[in-house]
Formats: sequence, structure tokens, C-alpha cells
Amino acid sequence: MSLLQLQNFGKVYPNGTRALDAIDLAVQPGEFLSLVGPSGCGKSTLLRLISGLADPSAGRIDWPAGAPQASDIGFVFQDATLLPWASIADNVYLPLKLAGVARAPASARIEEALAMVGLAGLGHLLPREASGGMRMRVSIARALVTEPKLLLLDEPFAALDEITRFKLNDDLLRLWRERQLTVLFVTHSVFESAYLSSRIVVMAARPGRIAADLPIAFDGPRTPELRTSAEFAAVCRRVSGHLADGMAAS
Amino acid sequence: MTKDRLIDIAAPIVVAILFLGGWEWIVRANAIPPYILPGPWLVAQTLWTDGPSLLQSLLVTLRTTIAALVAATGLGLALAIALAQSRLVERSFYPYLVVLQVTPIVSIAPLIIIWANDVFLSLLICAWIAAFFPVVANTTLGLNSTDPGLNDLFRLYRASRWQRLIHLRLPTALPYFMAGVRISGGLSLIGTVVAEFVAGSGGADSGLAFRILEAGYRLQIPRLFAALILLSLAGVAIHLVLGVISRRVLRGWHESELGAR
Ligand SMILES: Nc1ncnc2c1ncn2[C@@H]1O[C@H](COP(=O)(O)OP(=O)(O)OP(=O)(O)O)[C@@H](O)[C@H]1O
Ligand SMILES: [Mg+2]
Repeated sequence: MSLLQLQNFGKVYPNGTRALDAIDLAVQPGEFLSLVGPSGCGKSTLLRLISGLADPSAGRIDWPAGAPQASDIGFVFQDATLLPWASIADNVYLPLKLAGVARAPASARIEEALAMVGLAGLGHLLPREASGGMRMRVSIARALVTEPKLLLLDEPFAALDEITRFKLNDDLLRLWRERQLTVLFVTHSVFESAYLSSRIVVMAARPGRIAADLPIAFDGPRTPELRTSAEFAAVCRRVSGHLADGMAAS
Repeated sequence: MTKDRLIDIAAPIVVAILFLGGWEWIVRANAIPPYILPGPWLVAQTLWTDGPSLLQSLLVTLRTTIAALVAATGLGLALAIALAQSRLVERSFYPYLVVLQVTPIVSIAPLIIIWANDVFLSLLICAWIAAFFPVVANTTLGLNSTDPGLNDLFRLYRASRWQRLIHLRLPTALPYFMAGVRISGGLSLIGTVVAEFVAGSGGADSGLAFRILEAGYRLQIPRLFAALILLSLAGVAIHLVLGVISRRVLRGWHESELGAR
């Protein structure tokens, strides 16, 4: 049974932009699904619609296992989006606070979430005292603290340097496995999507639509060595090809 | 102490010495009588002799000023929160607050003095009208300046209107609010003095503005200058104290205060 199902899903913005048109997509539990596509093809829009931050103008979204609660979805935005006046720990606490959980019983969960992203013991720092990579980790910890089933990430690592990005890629893979998350990951990078995903959906623009839907599997484990293997290069080439086809068609 | 800081302190002092020296020299060289322009030395002497009686009046003025500032802060904040509850409310009432703000306080003071029927209360109301607007305007702006990403985050976790106000909008508005309070501090003093001028009541309970009027009538110009100096000093003190409070409140916490350092 799929976790969520989009049928004939579409979004037209009030100014007439057809951001998404007739999207049919079923997301299976436990998938790591990356959305790649040119700028403006509606990737962010799709995540916002799934999260409930915006409403579709056509079609429907079904949740066969039941509609999600507020705590069932974690969203990591492109920038960390932290409260600048609150410590890192208080930022991670926010979703629990809004759900009515008192601070004392929450503190173990906050520490656990911070430890998961490698920030154990740093909860007292203010966001501006943290580096860009650390802030992104805080944002991920905050998204995980409610123990969501579905994690949405919108180009979370776009602003980071390559070494930090590789590190966070590995962290994300580990969390995905440990927590049995379902992940929807938006990226511009074919390499990043190939490294992380169990499935890649290639999108095309004007109107935003699905150009290809590719299951991804490797023989070896997903380790840094994979990035330089022939197998990995082949997958990247295939994804890039579909991306180019989609761009040529629109 | 760095060289920069030294110049910050020394340069204004040099200007003051030159200015006061020039003033004293002009008064002596031209034998200007004190009832036209007293020299700074005479003013200083008057400040020493008349200081205690003027101080009494200064305290009266300060009492009204502080009460007005507290009222402007509290009611201003409450008004801003009320206005921020909906665009409709804001658009309905904001124009009238502007009207109240732009109407010169001198022109409505006589009416208020008649209606309020109590000197302290009428002065307080006048000073409040002069002072509340920056708090309302700034805080309203702050409450509506929340980061769009954080708005989304609060929507995602289905925060109630109340939670959004307490945990997002008010903290966002705090630096704006403090900036408003700092402006209102000066305006409270101005409003109080203007209202005192209009009320013009004598007696033991009268404020510094009345002492200035009185000294003017009696051609005690050195005393008038002394009162003026006390008034400026009070204004500077209010400005400094509010600056310290504002830094305290925002310390280590908000970017607006970081940028200022
Ligand atoms: N609030 C909005 N109002 C009007 N049009 C919008 C709005 N948000 C997005 N769009 C338009 O919808 C289309 C899809 O936007 P979206 O942000 O989903 O693209 P994207 O795939 O995330 O792009 P990028 O990779 O640059 O982030 C674009 O043409 C964009 O201009
Ligand atoms: Mg986007």
C-alpha cells in the first residue's frame, strides 16, 4: 500500500502560471525519492502541496494509510529557517512545543535528535553562532524530532560546500535507514540524487510535469567510493539523458 | 580606551569649551545685560543657587513624563497587538491613530484640560497622545514582519493564532517595539512640557515648563536658562537610560543589536 498517491494533480497560481499539470505519482513507504528537474518545473510547489502548505487547484492527494497528523511530516526548507532568538535546542523543541509537549519531558527527545545529526551537547548555541552546515543539521533535527513518517527536503544542501554536503548526504542516508523514513528530496544535482535515491523522478517545465520515473539500484553499498565507480557514472548519465530530453521537449 | 573612543569623547568637549568661551566673551565684550542674554558663567551660578527649587519642579515634570511613557508603552503594545489581529481591524482603525498623531498636541491640550478636570491626568493624557504612536506604528510593523519561511513552519505544525503570536510574532516585533519605546521616551518629555505650558498652572505642584514661563515673565533670564539646561539633561538621561534598557533586553539575541555594535 502506498504512503501517498497523487492523481491528476495540478497547481495553477493566481497569476496563471501552470506550476504543475496532471501529475500522477505514488510514493511507497520507505522510498528515498528524489525530484530533479530544471528551475521552475514545480519541485518546490509539489513539496508544498504534499505538506499541506498550499492547496492543489486540480486533482487529489490520497493517503491510503490515513491522513497525516502535524507530527507525521517533517519539512527541511532550502535555508535553515531557524528562530534567530532561540537556542539550537529550543529551535529543535519548537515542533513539540507547538504540539503542547512540555519542555522537561521533551528534553530527552531534543538531545536524541541533536545527537542524530552530530550536534550532541551543542544545544545551548544560538543559530548565529553556528556554521551554515550546523544550521542545516539543526533544521534536520527539528524535522526529525516529531518522529515523522515522511521527510520532505527542498534543496537542503544547495548553499553548502561540497565536503559538508557529502557529509550530510551520508548522514541523511544513515537516518533514512535507521528510522525507516520515507524521503522526498528535491535537488538540482544529478550526482546527489543518484547517490542518495532508491528512485528518481525527472521533471520537465512549462507546465511542470513528470518526464521520467527511474528506479535506482547499485550492486555495492552507498559509500564515498561509489561516487567514482563506473556503475555510478552510468546511472548519472542515464538521469542526465532524461533531464536533457525533458528540457528539449518543453 | 581606543583612539577612536577618545576622539568620540574629547571632540565634543572641545566644541563645548570653544562654544561656551565664545559665548562668555561676546556677552562681556558687548556688555549684554543678563535679562537679554546671560553668560554661561552666570547661568552656572544660577543653576547652583536656584537648582534645589528647580529640581523640585523637574521631579514633577519627570513624574508625568515617566507615567506617560509607561502608558504609551503598555497601551501602545496592546493597541498594536489588537491591530495585528486582522488586516480589516488595522485598516479600519489605523487612519484614526494617524489623525490623533498628526494633530498638534498644543491645539487639543485646552480641550483635554477642560474634560479631564484634573491637572495630572490631563497632562498625562496629552503626553500620552504625543508619545504612543511610535510604539504602535513600530510594533505593528514588527508583528507583520515575520519571516515567510518561519510562517510556513508554524503553518506546517498547525500552530494556533495564539501560539503564532507568542512564539513568532512578538519575538520578531521586540526590536521594533524597543526602537519605538526609545522614540517615545523623547516624545513623552516634549508632550509633558507642551501640556504644562498650555495648562500653565502655578503652585508647589507645577512642573519645569511653568518655571520657564514664570522666569520669562519676571525677566529672570539666567533662571530660565538654568531650567532649560535641566530639561535638556533630563531628555539626555531618558535617552541614555532607554538605550541601556533596550540593549539589555535585546542583548546577545537579536541581529539589530549585533549590527549596532
Ligand atoms: N507564489 C507563487 N505565485 C506565482 N507563481 C509561482 C509561485 N511560486 C512559484 N511560482 C511559479 O511556479 C513555477 C514553479 O515554481 P517552483 O518554485 O515550484 O519551481 P522549482 O522547480 O522549485 O524551481 P527551483 O528549482 O528554481 O527552485 C515557476 O514558474 C514559478 O515562477
Ligand atoms: Mg524550488
